[in-house]
Amino acid sequence: MFEKTLTELAKGLDAGDYSSVELTQAYLDRINNEDSRYNSFISVTAEQAIAQAKAADNRRSAGDAGPFTGLPLAHKDIFCTDGVRTSCGSKMLDNFIAPYNATVVEKFNAAGAVCLGKTNMDEFAMGSSNENSFYGPVRNPWNTDCVPGGSSGGSAAAVAARLTPAATGTDTGGSIRQPAALCGITGIKPTYGRVSRYGMIAYASSLDQGGPMARSAADAAMMLNVMAGFDPRDSTSLERPVPDYCAELNQPLKGLKIGLPKEFFCAELNSAIAASVQAAVKEFEALGATTQEISLPNTGLAVPAYYIIAPSEASSNLSRFDGVRYGHRCADPVDLEDMYKRSRGEGFGSEVKRRIMVGTYALSEGFYDAYYKKAQQIRRLIRQDFIDALQQVDVIMGPTTPHPAFKLGEKTSNPIDMYMEDIFTLSLNLAGLPGMSIPCGHTAGLPIGLQIIGNYFAEAKLLNVAHQFQQATDWHQQQPAGLYPATHNATEAS
Amino acid sequence: MSLDSSDVQKIAHLARLQISAADIPEYAKNLSDILDLVNQMQAIDTADIEPLSNPLDAVQRLRADITSEGDLRDKLQTVAPAVERGLFQVPKVIE
Repeated sequence: MFEKTLTELAKGLDAGDYSSVELTQAYLDRINNEDSRYNSFISVTAEQAIAQAKAADNRRSAGDAGPFTGLPLAHKDIFCTDGVRTSCGSKMLDNFIAPYNATVVEKFNAAGAVCLGKTNMDEFAMGSSNENSFYGPVRNPWNTDCVPGGSSGGSAAAVAARLTPAATGTDTGGSIRQPAALCGITGIKPTYGRVSRYGMIAYASSLDQGGPMARSAADAAMMLNVMAGFDPRDSTSLERPVPDYCAELNQPLKGLKIGLPKEFFCAELNSAIAASVQAAVKEFEALGATTQEISLPNTGLAVPAYYIIAPSEASSNLSRFDGVRYGHRCADPVDLEDMYKRSRGEGFGSEVKRRIMVGTYALSEGFYDAYYKKAQQIRRLIRQDFIDALQQVDVIMGPTTPHPAFKLGEKTSNPIDMYMEDIFTLSLNLAGLPGMSIPCGHTAGLPIGLQIIGNYFAEAKLLNVAHQFQQATDWHQQQPAGLYPATHNATEAS
Repeated sequence: MSLDSSDVQKIAHLARLQISAADIPEYAKNLSDILDLVNQMQAIDTADIEPLSNPLDAVQRLRADITSEGDLRDKLQTVAPAVERGLFQVPKVIE
């Protein structure tokens, strides 16, 4: 049953092939047996999961089941879960039992979903390799010497390793799309404001956006149907109706206009990734799409602008972690300042400290105009590039990442090297546009991601485009070798 | 753009972060590298460009000033490092 998608599992539950309790227990056992190889979960919530599964089975017997009732998933450990530790990958929150649910969690609970546990992540979502977690790095199921990407690396690895059929993620600069690409799964970052940020621990509030990570575009559409919607508790939530994201999956792509930004096919791009992306574009042409070259001239400024805006917002957001009301407090503080400094010094890891300091510097007296204001002006230029391009084409396509998954430790000594892994993803967060990554090839046994970018609120179009590709190809169905060691019951894989 | 150890100490103080003395040179190097990277922005003329703070140019939504939650003090304080009589405890600040 571990090879089934959410869509297939929902049919099985409907047909009575298995109960939600049986399905949930099978996944809990699999996590228990296999996750030591990947470290993709920070917490496994077995007891609560079984209780939710029982409730889902009762709902089904009562004829009250919705499309998601009884389906298991995992939440990135950035989403607050009432009564369950919500660590955000940090020592700072290692002892934090969230006293309330994030809206995303609440919505999945109301839909009758079963939460298997909380997935590993880069501390406070700051990272592109999942090596910045207090709970240790996550390993890529395609090659356990490699990183899964980040910051939603635990969610991506858990889905790729078939430890959960789907997981939630968040994306501030590529944190859904980049790990989805590196782990060979499907992930979508919706338009800024489409999914509520309430209870999603803030990193950079004008960029943060939650979204689905799954095995297929159809599954991501099912999840987005649950996740999306206006939330009065999020001050930047979009007040717009939510379409049925599953309704247009089967629209044919004839006449679809695809733009290929010349700046994305640059010297830094790995040649195997370039070839796979070009082959995917050919497949879209065979499906009736037309392509044209476009230009996003300010692409090169996305990394500089992002590394002012995100750290500035982070330095403000993370000032709440002061050892007073929750989180880590140092032992025996001599006075208040000592308590703040040591609690924060001990509670935060080095990348988080770096970004807080960059932000503090950029916002400090005398530097604000040169850094923060300048970055916000550049942000407008980057957004305008996309607005102009999306007047000529329906969607933009290119690589999600410049390289496939890299080795653990390969880029940890130089933060700039790590930041450059996000060169193709950051600009969407600055512009607030939706984007997704779907598997489109392999190189040296590692997956390659195709990025699909759409106009504001065009999630249904992106999912349709991705789904049509997945109907014509099987990259999304390929799985890492060795997922089912012979010592375990091989028939479980069927 | 190059930051030295005293710059790092000043920034760390502003951010209320304790940094061990041994780590300061590496932070100075990393932060200087990051500033070099972001300074690529300075080559662009943005004189007439309005800063963009919300990607959808949205403005802050307001709501009526009414209570939306009940008294959650006890529940919220279960995760507090130190509480006494319903109050958060911190080191003495007034002699």
